[in-house]
Amino acid sequence: MQTSEISSRVLARAEELLSCGKVQMVIGWRKGLFDYDITPSLFTTSDDLKKNFVYNEWCGANLSKYLVKETRAIETAKDTVRTNNKMAKMKNPDATDAPEPSAKVLVFLKPCDTYSFTELLKEHRIFRDDVFAVGIPCDGMKDPEKKEISERCTVCKSKKHITYDELIGEDGDVQDSKRFDMVEKIESMSPDKRFAFWQNEFSRCIRCNACRDVCPACTCERCIFDNPKSGASQKVAADDFEESMYHIIRAWHVAGRCTDCGECSRVCPQNIPLHLLNRKFIKDINELYGPYMAGSDMETKPPMLNYQKDDAEPSIIKEAK
Amino acid sequence: MSEPVKDKNWKPRIVAFCCNWCSYAGADLAGNNRLEYPATVKIIRIPCSCRLNPLFILRAFQRGADGVILCGCHPGDCHYTSGNYFARRRMTLLFSMLNFLGVEKARTRVEWCSAAEGVRFAQIMNDFVAQVTSLGENKRLEDVRCKPAK
Repeated sequence: MQTSEISSRVLARAEELLSCGKVQMVIGWRKGLFDYDITPSLFTTSDDLKKNFVYNEWCGANLSKYLVKETRAIETAKDTVRTNNKMAKMKNPDATDAPEPSAKVLVFLKPCDTYSFTELLKEHRIFRDDVFAVGIPCDGMKDPEKKEISERCTVCKSKKHITYDELIGEDGDVQDSKRFDMVEKIESMSPDKRFAFWQNEFSRCIRCNACRDVCPACTCERCIFDNPKSGASQKVAADDFEESMYHIIRAWHVAGRCTDCGECSRVCPQNIPLHLLNRKFIKDINELYGPYMAGSDMETKPPMLNYQKDDAEPSIIKEAK
Repeated sequence: MSEPVKDKNWKPRIVAFCCNWCSYAGADLAGNNRLEYPATVKIIRIPCSCRLNPLFILRAFQRGADGVILCGCHPGDCHYTSGNYFARRRMTLLFSMLNFLGVEKARTRVEWCSAAEGVRFAQIMNDFVAQVTSLGENKRLEDVRCKPAK
């Protein structure tokens, strides 16, 4: 299917669902000033959809994280009505219940976004009942800077949709991807080279926290990087240590939960290959604790919340020559 | 690798995170038995080896440690049943990441040491201090602002 055909079907479906009242909100992609300048956005009216909704090869943004806030708002509204009804019953046993507000969010998910979506469901961060998820096919998204298929899409891990209510187009399969090649290349360098490589990358970091903000796995209400008492909330990194610390801890906090969607590297204004850190953790977990793909199902226990009595000892990590 | 230290009297600063229920008592036993290990090993007591936040390790390096060692109960002997199993997974991944970033692997270590193993505790510390001494000062994860003025 052509991207233009998918685009028109996606828009038509969004308008249909919104006008028939099945959903009240649509999370999609909004046109920007330029073709490639596309932002995730919330649409509530048909007019807005017609005018500004877009789906094309620049829509790399993963929409699943925005559901956390939207579904929480819906649940809070329901809860308020429930509590008010209960209070009214206490005052007057004959009081009639006010109807619970019900709302649904329509979201469009590319195959890799469904992994993040499933992972968030697994962690109970999204209320499934409040979401209408439509899977859409993806042939790889373009990088706005290089104007070609982005790195994360050339090593696409899967074209399969994990969780959805409806599918536009056809479902694909999990792919045999070469995504660990770059990690292996860095592993094979000498420690001095590796250190120099990462110092070069990290030194460009401006601590904008964009990688944290966009990450679908980073959904803590209170983040350690916002807590002035944690000693990790400084904005501009003063020296090498702070640069490495931020990146180690950021990757660490999503270890075992990262679905390798590559959003961190996509948003990085300094083009630091942050996804390599996450991939390193994924690779280690796969090698040491058995293959695990975060977000590929709802049942498997996450590796960092699990253990085996005969796990490898930390001394298994050997210094490369 | 970092340059060997020229000063022969230089002793590495080691932070040892010790589990309250085993290694901390093991260190006590080592002391009671008058077993020697370098005084530059600073012990920090933690309730369980899995209390160790990776940030603690990075902080220790930032504030001038040359090596960090975690001592916990032997696998299967955890006071809280399974804490050290989780710690084991975490530390394996963290050390692997530090190694990936080019930080010397030999600066970090995990050892299992029970309350009865005072002799072993002293041995581990002597061994670890020797290992870190051969590596020299920690340069890759240091924070110059935290260095004492010379």
